[in-house]
Amino acid sequence: MSHVLSEKTRRLPGEAGVWIFVGADMLMFGLFFTSFVIERSKNVELYNLSQQALNFNYGGINTLILLTSSWFVVLAVHAAKMDKVRHVAYLLAAGALCGLAFCVLKVVEYTEKISHGISMLTNDFFMYYFILTGIHFFHVIVGTVMLFILCRKALAGTYHSRNVLWLESGATYWHMVDLLWIILFPLLYLMR
Amino acid sequence: MGLWLGTPTLVWAVLMLATCASTWWLKSGAATSMLATAAILVIAAVKVRLVIIHFMELGDAPLKWRIFFELWVIVFSGVILAGFWLSAH
Repeated sequence: MSHVLSEKTRRLPGEAGVWIFVGADMLMFGLFFTSFVIERSKNVELYNLSQQALNFNYGGINTLILLTSSWFVVLAVHAAKMDKVRHVAYLLAAGALCGLAFCVLKVVEYTEKISHGISMLTNDFFMYYFILTGIHFFHVIVGTVMLFILCRKALAGTYHSRNVLWLESGATYWHMVDLLWIILFPLLYLMR
Repeated sequence: MGLWLGTPTLVWAVLMLATCASTWWLKSGAATSMLATAAILVIAAVKVRLVIIHFMELGDAPLKWRIFFELWVIVFSGVILAGFWLSAH
């Protein structure tokens, strides 16, 4: 996109309050990331050894799932702006199903860890693993429920070019969930 | 351009390819471990920026908002990279 916008024509999508929440949430996660790298630097061997117990395929596939979900949600917002009202609902449903797929895979992963006797009490690495992915997982559950609710409203024709504010706000939250995972995944599963 | 053929789809394709490269190519020893991790972290920062600019549409948002989120990427990616580099030495 090569166009240059003046400050007057620039627009924040959705509600400003949602952006403040998203910014605060991202700052909180930023501090979690900082805390993790500081603690890791004190005992790199333990963190690298513990990381080998993680299956990075789960993390990688879940990244692809969340990216695809975000893409569907972007397209849903664009569809609303183009007054393609039915498309909005279908795209939000696709996004929500991706969120559900992430949840299923996460439960499989947690179950696998717990069945191997790994918990947040195992060591510092796994404490961070369970707390960081757990808080993020909670965000995914909230976001998935939100997408299903938005989808239901979209089926009733709520979202179109003159009413996109809350659809954009929901999309903003969902993209934050996506981008936090983009950092969490390499931090926990790949960095060594 | 229609709904499916546009910048979001192009950005999504780049994000998917970058994820596959990080997860199943760089991780599996295509480069030395330290270089591979540094590349993986830089790729993650670029991916986050793509999401912020194109998916969250901050590219067209008032500058104060865009600057805040762009700074978030720079600061915390920098912290993670610095933490990784320091712990490797």
